Amino acid sequence: MKAKKDGSDVRIRTKGNFNQTLAPMLFLLPNMIIFLLFIIIPLFQGLRMAFMDWGIFVEPQFIGLENFKDLFHDEVFLITVKNTIVYSFLTVVLLTVVSLCLALMLSRNSMKGERVFRAVFYIPSLLSMIAVGIAWRFILGDELGIINYVIRSITGGPGVQWLTNGTLAMMCVIIVSVWASSGYYMIMFISGLQAIPGELYEAARIDGSSAWSTFWRITLPLLKSTVLVVLVLATIASFKAYELIVTMTKGGPGYATKFIVQQVYQVAFQEDRMGYASAMSMILMLIIGIFTLVQFKVAGKDGQYD
Amino acid sequence: MTNVNSRKVTNNIFLVILIVLAVLSLFPVLWVALSSFKPQSELFRVPMTFLPERWTLENYASAVSQGNFVRYFLNTVFVACTSTVLSVLVNIMAGYALAKYIFPGRNIIFGIMIATLMVPLQVIMIPIFIQLRNLGLLNNLWGIIIPPAATPTGIFLARQYMVNLSNSMIESARIDGAKELRIFVQLILPLSQPIIATITIFSFMWRWNDYLWPLIVITDNDLMTMQQALANFVGQLQINWSNLLAMTTISIIPVMVVFFAFQRFFMTGITAGSVKG
Repeated sequence: MKAKKDGSDVRIRTKGNFNQTLAPMLFLLPNMIIFLLFIIIPLFQGLRMAFMDWGIFVEPQFIGLENFKDLFHDEVFLITVKNTIVYSFLTVVLLTVVSLCLALMLSRNSMKGERVFRAVFYIPSLLSMIAVGIAWRFILGDELGIINYVIRSITGGPGVQWLTNGTLAMMCVIIVSVWASSGYYMIMFISGLQAIPGELYEAARIDGSSAWSTFWRITLPLLKSTVLVVLVLATIASFKAYELIVTMTKGGPGYATKFIVQQVYQVAFQEDRMGYASAMSMILMLIIGIFTLVQFKVAGKDGQYD
Repeated sequence: MTNVNSRKVTNNIFLVILIVLAVLSLFPVLWVALSSFKPQSELFRVPMTFLPERWTLENYASAVSQGNFVRYFLNTVFVACTSTVLSVLVNIMAGYALAKYIFPGRNIIFGIMIATLMVPLQVIMIPIFIQLRNLGLLNNLWGIIIPPAATPTGIFLARQYMVNLSNSMIESARIDGAKELRIFVQLILPLSQPIIATITIFSFMWRWNDYLWPLIVITDNDLMTMQQALANFVGQLQINWSNLLAMTTISIIPVMVVFFAFQRFFMTGITAGSVKG
């Protein structure tokens, strides 16, 4: 809250009093209209649809928990849930570790070219996930990809089925996701690291503590709120992943890399079962909510997000 | 002395690791870009070469002359630019209201807006589709311009920056009799240039790279965007890689140009989001 003393007399004396109440409302109005029309109302609409039988050519009809009951026997949906959670968990963990390591190496101010490296690692974050998927599909292709070309010329044997073996395909999608976004989170970590007072490191050095214990005793505890932000943002981002697999694997082979969002899109817009797909969306939102809350509870005792 | 020495050793080890990682980071982009200049006969030829043996623009020529490519490009330019202007305007105004006015419910409004980070388009795409249909915005470029203009991140960045602008400056302008709108336009906007630049750049990049909004809103071939075109091209049974790589490279260039021209604003944008959360 702002100090009230100078604000309040000005308010009494100026005849702008009315304007000052109205102005913020008007400034907020366009934003609130957009939020209301395109987030809040759709959110409630989606909730409602999850309990209905709804398609473009079907008369909408309230069916209670029917959709949710069906979901628990829907094998494809359950596979996409499992895939999404596995993908998100591994991606977030790897992403956090990799971007933190990059940040630690690039925020020591003791090496020439730190800025150049930062820019280089950031470049993949500029690409659309559609382009990322295309690039890696080109590189990982079974017959014609450069990686298999190199493997074949060294070993003389056959190439690796990067994108046609289910487990490998999932692994590739995860690694490519880490490749694509670690630069972004690296920048966040760098700014967090720079906010840690240098005297603390100086004191640790005088006490003769090793780099390892300095990291665990000083760096990590003071970086807690940045870690939390990175975890939350990366988790949300990974649960909504969709574009990458559109161009990289198309969800395949089979259902190996199919995520909830892709299934929702297909059921809603290609099979025209919008109520049922809305129920899936609500489950997705629930999962995102649970993961976010858990992170706040575990890591966020004193980290704030406001 | 030992300290300096060990620091040198660490530096050299890190340098080696960083160079390896930098190569990994850049290789895919370079490989796509360089391959797009190879003639079709050279693209998958064994032995493969990193640089094209014969540089050619024929892939670009055939990509550009293909169907609606120029149309897709112009659509994307229009959407990205318009949406960015709108986004800056809307988010800066909201950020200002939330940063510099005291009114009931202001923290709740801000909290709700930030909480919508957890309700991404992916979660509400079905009701969004219905909403846009009701508003007559399906198959309409404004349907992918207006709805994504107000973003929690944009408001957050704007508010975060504006909280630090001086209160007494605003108050003395009021004492001088300036109206609220005039204060905003003549005092606040010029002072907010850095954050305006940041939001502009990010907004442009998000809209340029966006795939899901167009996918839901646009089905008319004449209104599609670059990303949609790329995805559809990949969807074909037989991918024409030479053309696809040229199209992909073209789609990457605008964002790269923006990045290299405004690098420092990129960094502040991400930084502002993480320092306090």
